[in-house]
Amino acid sequence: MGDTVAPPEALDTLPKLLNWNAEHRGSAPAMREKLYGIWQSYSWAESRDQVRAFALGLKGLGLGEGDRVAIIGSNRPRLYWTVPAAQMCGAIPVPVYQDSVAEEMQYVLEHAGVRFAVVENQEQVDKVLSVQDRLPELEHIIYADPRGLRKYDHSTLHAFTDVQDAGRTREGDLGPEIDKTIAEGKPDDTCVMLYTSGTTGKPKGVVLSNENIIFAARSSCEFDNLRQSDSVLAYLPMAWVGDFIFSSGQSYIAGFSVACPESAETMLHDLKEIGPTYFFAPPRIFESLLTTVMIRMEDASKTKQRMFHKYMEHAKKVGGDILDGKPVSFGDKLKYWIGDKLVYGPLKDTMGLSNVRLGYTAGEAIGPEIFQFYRSLGMNLKQLYGQTEASVFVTAQPDGEVRADTVGVPSPGVELKIDGDMRVWYRSPGVFVEYYKQPDKTAETKDADGWVDTGDAGFIEEGSGHLRIIDRAKDVGKMADGSMFAPKYVENKLKFYPNILEAVLVGAGRDRCVAMINIDLGSVGNWAERNNIAYASYTELAQHPQVYKAMKEHVDEVNRSVAQDEMLSGCQIHRFVVLHKQLDADDGELTRTQKVRRALVNERYQVIIDAMYAGDTEVFAETEVTYEDGRKGKISATLKIEDAAVQPVAAKMAAE
Amino acid sequence: MLDATSTGFTTPDGRKIGGPVMEMKNITLRFGGVVALSDISFDILEGEIRAIIGPNGAGKSSMLNVINGFYHPQEGDVIFRGAKRGPMKPHEIAHQGIARTFQNIALFKGMTTLDNIMSGRLTKMKSGMLSQALWFGKAEQEEVEHREAVEKIIDFLEIQAIRKTPVGRLPYGLQKRVELGRALAAEPQLLLLDEPMAGMNVEEKEDMCRFILDVNDEFGTTIALIEHDMGVVMDIADRVVVLDYGKKIGDGVPDEVRSNQDVIDAYLGVAHD
Repeated sequence: MGDTVAPPEALDTLPKLLNWNAEHRGSAPAMREKLYGIWQSYSWAESRDQVRAFALGLKGLGLGEGDRVAIIGSNRPRLYWTVPAAQMCGAIPVPVYQDSVAEEMQYVLEHAGVRFAVVENQEQVDKVLSVQDRLPELEHIIYADPRGLRKYDHSTLHAFTDVQDAGRTREGDLGPEIDKTIAEGKPDDTCVMLYTSGTTGKPKGVVLSNENIIFAARSSCEFDNLRQSDSVLAYLPMAWVGDFIFSSGQSYIAGFSVACPESAETMLHDLKEIGPTYFFAPPRIFESLLTTVMIRMEDASKTKQRMFHKYMEHAKKVGGDILDGKPVSFGDKLKYWIGDKLVYGPLKDTMGLSNVRLGYTAGEAIGPEIFQFYRSLGMNLKQLYGQTEASVFVTAQPDGEVRADTVGVPSPGVELKIDGDMRVWYRSPGVFVEYYKQPDKTAETKDADGWVDTGDAGFIEEGSGHLRIIDRAKDVGKMADGSMFAPKYVENKLKFYPNILEAVLVGAGRDRCVAMINIDLGSVGNWAERNNIAYASYTELAQHPQVYKAMKEHVDEVNRSVAQDEMLSGCQIHRFVVLHKQLDADDGELTRTQKVRRALVNERYQVIIDAMYAGDTEVFAETEVTYEDGRKGKISATLKIEDAAVQPVAAKMAAE
Repeated sequence: MLDATSTGFTTPDGRKIGGPVMEMKNITLRFGGVVALSDISFDILEGEIRAIIGPNGAGKSSMLNVINGFYHPQEGDVIFRGAKRGPMKPHEIAHQGIARTFQNIALFKGMTTLDNIMSGRLTKMKSGMLSQALWFGKAEQEEVEHREAVEKIIDFLEIQAIRKTPVGRLPYGLQKRVELGRALAAEPQLLLLDEPMAGMNVEEKEDMCRFILDVNDEFGTTIALIEHDMGVVMDIADRVVVLDYGKKIGDGVPDEVRSNQDVIDAYLGVAHD
């Protein structure tokens, strides 16, 4: 491997690991950032110096033992450095979702009792200042990017570099204290507090100890053999536990470099330039990458299209097997090799995935076709099942045992059990300490023996021992006739179509199911352009008869596929509408991690749902929307309700 | 107000405004028999944001063209940095340190954002044609320097994502931003913006306002702008001059102009004799 040895087990906190890395991997890159169009890297030694200077500065400003430090912004080295810097003062970092509106942010900052906030730029400073009067404990705001902030009142506002400069002058008197705090760091000290976005109610502050994080990072590095030569692109929210484990935990253990994209919009360019070897993305990202490719293919010349389809067909047939090392005939191998030169290689390069040695998807079920698409290209994409409460890892797929419909076997150190209601429980050294200031909620989720309820329904497959997740336990219901209702299962089938962004299935306690669909503006817009379909707005495009026609075909196809599953054949879609607005986290319809808040959506679109069950052919809907700057407006439209073809349910189960 | 301004003043938000960069003295501009501007005097001070407003056909764009030297007035004096300015050739206009954007975007549609902004550096490039063609020695070093300047502008205007996109493919609001970038690339002493917010939606306008204020704040650039949207003008301008039918009908800080009866008449429409 040529790598230096892994850090010794005795290093049980991030600051200790950082010091070790600075001494043993000093010149290796730790972080990369694109400045003025050129990638700059910071070695482990440089990172340590930056962190130390900032820690001294924070200490100089009065940051003390047990204080909470909010970290708000997109992935930037300075914000990543804040994590160990706060810990070096004995404080607790609290990363916050940077796209939260001010009120959501206020709740978290207030609940966590934050004394210091380290934020990215003017936008975040403005947000924090706007709620500052409701945050009595907040004393200092430190910003990483000074643009536009010169004229602000700097009595409690500081530039990151100023804090560092002040810190460097205090090495003499504060340095020993910092060293003492680092040395005294214990496994059961709090490492970080992460607020879960929560599909129901207010976010909860998950307290994770050093032991949780270091254990999860160390065991997963071993499981997947992560090493110093690997690299990742850190583009997922810093407040999400996955990013914390990958960009801080695993990076500190394995010593690999973390690259920060220039901005959210340039993510795909940056991906291509960095060419990470280890790539993590929720299904949504893989979907949108695939959608982009498909859109561009449709604009390509006929010859190219034919070549693409021919070789993709072949990849579908043998690509997965080749990746898993299963026997494949020589002719197929040769054809795959040619395809790799002509199609797969260039395609992976375009997507920035050429170097990916290990890819993970998690967070939601991924459409089997999407999953197979990436695997057939020769990319080792695997599934992972995890939670903030578990420091990510519950189950993961080992190499060679990868399938679209399972989430893998228990990760090292994790025990699993399924209770009578098919709820999945787990126990591991990564299990969280508590929900901050919410002992009742902690008790609801974690029992006395340390078992944690995932809230998901699933079962362990006979033979392979892989875990299969059906749906959120609270979403799995019964229909009027008693058959099982698992909305996610059907929705995922719909969402596989590139022109469907989101779908919500309704049917619990009813005699039949109906669906609400969100079109994908990128994909449908491009299609409209090519077919000379004029539209003035999302709403208008969504209601276009041609769009409805396409949607009906998809729904009919999904019904045919759902009818095959004997347990869930009752979940076929009888009627559907295409919604006039996109479900949006700003309106509270999705969580910040883009999951549908079912109860709220059902309530908000009650009129539409009622109309579908009443047998109407159209319905007038008016919905309040929140713009990015917090203002509110209304979108109204008359929506068509379309009937879908339902398959007869093949022979009732013999048991009946 | 005008007496106080000749030596500069301090804005309510604490910026120091210096002495005059440009003075217009009794400007009259005619096209044949049409009097586009008649007897107009005002000044633009170092570091300020100066707005020129007025209804359609008031002579705003003509005024801007006089400021940047494209038109030479038949009567009156234009004094730029203390020196009286005579008629100029196009290359002289380009080199005097005044950059502008246009009402109808005038970018090279087929070129990328990066190249368009780079073209704004043209007047700063010193190496000869041969060494540029061979990309050798000084030319190479020069390009690296210019690229750095351009990248700083790209970063400033937050257009990293469209760095390599041909501008013809960009939405209108972004094209306007690229055009601002090209004007900034010339590192002007005076920046002229011809209706920077025309045709934009609220969000784009807010972005553009922020960039204009940031340019002024960050680089200390003196800015003169024409704008239709009164709300925008009153928010961002330090002083406003109002034209109507080629005549100056108001001049002062936004509050003065807002309460000026002639201005109200011009905007709300009163019969002209």
